[in-house]
Amino acid sequence: MSDKIKNIDGITKESTQAMIDDALAAYPEKGKKKRAPHLGVNDQGSGSACVKSNKKTVPGVMSARGCAYAGAKGVVWGPIRDMVHVSHGPVGCGWYSWGTRRNLVSGINGVTQFAMQFTSDFQEKDIVYGGDKKLKTLLEEAVGLFPLAKGISVLSECPVGLIGDDINSVAKQSSKELDLPIIPCNCEGFRGVSQSLGHHISNDTIRDYIIETREFAEPSSPYDIALIGDYNIGGDVWSAKALLEEIGLNVKSVWTGDGELEKIAATHQVKLNLIHCYRSMNYMCKVMEEKYGIPWLEFNFFGPTKIRQSLRAIAERFDDTIKENVERVIAKYDPIMQAIIDEYKPRLDGKKVMLLVGGLRPRHTIGAYEDLGMECVGSGYEFAHTDDYDRTASEMPDATVVYDDPSEYEFEKFAHALKPDLIGSGIKEKYVFQKMGIPFRQMHSWDYSGPYHAYQGFEIFARDVDMAVNSPTWKLVKAPF
Amino acid sequence: MANLLGLEVKKIVETPPEEIERVQNWINSEEYKEKNFARQALVINPAHACQPLGAQLAAHGFEGTLPFVHGSQGCASYYRSTLNRHFREPAPAVSDAMTEDGAVFGGQNNLHEGLENAVALYKPKMIAVFTSCMPEVIGDDLTAFIKNARSKGHVPKDLPVPFANTPSFSGTHINGYDAMLLSILQNLTEGKQVEGRCTGKLNLIAGCDFNTGDYREYKRIAKEFGIPLTLLADISDTFDSPCNGTYSIYAGGTRLEDAADSINGKATITLGPYATAKTFSWIKDTYSGKHVSLSMPIGIEKTDALLMKLAELFDKEVPQTLKDERGRAVDAMTDAQQYMHGKKFAVYGDPDYLTGYVAFLLEMGARPYHILCSRGSKKVEKELQAMLDASAYGAGCKIYMNKDLWHLRSLVMTDPVDAIIGDTHGKFAARDAKIPLFRFGFPVFDRVNRHRSPIIGYQGVINMVSEICNKFLDIKDETCEDRYFEMMR
Repeated sequence: MSDKIKNIDGITKESTQAMIDDALAAYPEKGKKKRAPHLGVNDQGSGSACVKSNKKTVPGVMSARGCAYAGAKGVVWGPIRDMVHVSHGPVGCGWYSWGTRRNLVSGINGVTQFAMQFTSDFQEKDIVYGGDKKLKTLLEEAVGLFPLAKGISVLSECPVGLIGDDINSVAKQSSKELDLPIIPCNCEGFRGVSQSLGHHISNDTIRDYIIETREFAEPSSPYDIALIGDYNIGGDVWSAKALLEEIGLNVKSVWTGDGELEKIAATHQVKLNLIHCYRSMNYMCKVMEEKYGIPWLEFNFFGPTKIRQSLRAIAERFDDTIKENVERVIAKYDPIMQAIIDEYKPRLDGKKVMLLVGGLRPRHTIGAYEDLGMECVGSGYEFAHTDDYDRTASEMPDATVVYDDPSEYEFEKFAHALKPDLIGSGIKEKYVFQKMGIPFRQMHSWDYSGPYHAYQGFEIFARDVDMAVNSPTWKLVKAPF
Repeated sequence: MANLLGLEVKKIVETPPEEIERVQNWINSEEYKEKNFARQALVINPAHACQPLGAQLAAHGFEGTLPFVHGSQGCASYYRSTLNRHFREPAPAVSDAMTEDGAVFGGQNNLHEGLENAVALYKPKMIAVFTSCMPEVIGDDLTAFIKNARSKGHVPKDLPVPFANTPSFSGTHINGYDAMLLSILQNLTEGKQVEGRCTGKLNLIAGCDFNTGDYREYKRIAKEFGIPLTLLADISDTFDSPCNGTYSIYAGGTRLEDAADSINGKATITLGPYATAKTFSWIKDTYSGKHVSLSMPIGIEKTDALLMKLAELFDKEVPQTLKDERGRAVDAMTDAQQYMHGKKFAVYGDPDYLTGYVAFLLEMGARPYHILCSRGSKKVEKELQAMLDASAYGAGCKIYMNKDLWHLRSLVMTDPVDAIIGDTHGKFAARDAKIPLFRFGFPVFDRVNRHRSPIIGYQGVINMVSEICNKFLDIKDETCEDRYFEMMR
């Protein structure tokens, strides 16, 4: 938490409210009424949300949101590398989410890792007669073709829930017959209002079907932790895990980036859960705290300032050995980080950035931009809840705009008014702003770069932000004639 | 413990390295291939998407048109991001964000509210509505819903709102393209047919083609001929718009009045017979003028067929510029044929692309050895077989209908080929087989500008010859023994 109130030249509560009012002016009455509570002016000192959130997307406005299936398949399950993840229903959902999140995996494709597209490819007859039989057959086929898979997840797409299939009983029966965990996840896309419910349903599924079904083979130690809510985008887990190991912790399991089913199942044996993406995994942290007494701690591995704070907060949970390790590690990396800042800050100082992402990034990355001398002039989430916006208030400068599930229309309006030097958002937004000549980085996928987590990640982040903002190509956008 | 499967609690076991090695070898074996081909229910790495994706592509091909997904917002995000990634361009589309209560009450309220907001915010000249799974399963009546939207004033009276049912559990993206295109043309041409009137124009339908360079080639060819053209569902500017400091949500597309007047055209040609089967059948029954269905013009002979047809329909000579261009393409082929002759290829993709790849390879003396279609038909199988039968280079080549890219992997591992032609999704099989993948199809997520480089027409021939042969030459330079590393190739 930053105690200092941050202000930005030219941005006042009044100017931000006027900008919001202007964006709302084009809406029909009903749409305006629905959207208004989702656009707010940040009150940094309050430490509480200035917008409403986790409500239904307003029809017809062009939202960037996904669905519950996307949250389940894309976020929670997909990164578990040693399971076969079946997209149960028509062909599309699995096809669109195949390899498009950049959750990197170790292992051998088709042998020990299954970053592929498995689907029941529903046809008309499956809708009419149901898909349970087909599911049973395909589970047998999957086990036969992929003998080293540690389990199978069955991820329901919309039609499955609508036609009343019972994947839970098929999974239970097949699990016994095939002697393999077959995990049914009722994550139909129509459930809830966004990806977020898919995360929640998936967490509940882990609670009901997976946790506590395995035990670590080696004896426990006081330094056993789990890394929760890191999905290994562009190799983030590999960078974060290395740092946690460097300070002397044993990372016993990762949820779920480059994840392994059995290690996830044994996570009830760790001593502390360290959670990066609070939004997608807080549910299971709370369950593990209540059920097994495992405490959890949120941390932030973006940029040296936040990494330093986080490492010290983590050290507080352990003995002097870890505390000493942390100070040693901080002392080792501080000059390296300073060298990076010295290189890039002169070119980025005072530049403005706007964010619209998911999960933790609209608040967690702000510090990393600030390390480079940049300021965040607007931020928002696709699918956050009030607790996310509470956590965002103190990170964002005072009087800046906060937007929840903004329409493309609103986002464009704000960008026109704020004239940022960089926008960090997703693939659907990228080319809109680049056509306008505004530098852009995809901040879901790290724009095919990464990792951005931990010390190793900051160097890449700084380089990427610099090359986006200062690329000579932007100077060519306006023709001389 | 909440162990709903009643699993036995076990210690974690690591798979022994020798077991991993055994399986790693086994998945490349003939035995595995047989087991793989015996699959009945599980589809692994399919080479097709669902209908609404194609519907969105067709909608983007018309001026001022906002694609509108009637269904969950997640569906729209998937289609949009797929198009964004392939073209590296914006793909604006809205959805009416149906949720659980839609299952109970139907989606009419969402549709009406969505139309009203979309009109207010994005000021479209046309809204093209298509469906994803939910409304299809619950049986929403779009005809009634849209009629009601108009009578209740949710959309302006004169705003065209064509709509198509595009269930994802039937067909592929090419069928969605067909359904949406048909609906748009039916809507725009309604009441526009004028007895005795002829625009003198050619209506050209490219089919479900995701290559903006191809569309630009069609326009250039018509210009060379001096034939006035209405290119229907023209995505060339939509998905290849300039970066000049301003963003236009509707960057291109066939002008609506041209599309409306296309019913009075002199001739209509479809170049995507599989992707426009329904549309073309309706055009044949409805449109004035001549109606011709030709293969996608990939390779010399299929391009010749298009040019001869244009010459015939418009009573013109094939212009000298195009004759010369043909000569240059053939020159490129004869110069480079030695680098492709006898080479074996695995090819996969949508039917219209496939017939083109096969024709081109046979013309080069290469062998389309494994031909795979993830959702094919008897008709396309017959057409492909006839092409193989008619060429010496087709001998021993096999067609695999309704097979996926995990089948393809078994094929290239057990019965090797020199290269694969397909899309980005084939890169895993290509890597395992240590052979190059040529990304002529859709989608291409991992190379730049592929969609700007045409594969149709004579220019397309030159592009494909260059890409394929130069890659083979790169491989030779990178892998040959030092003593065979030489200046000339």
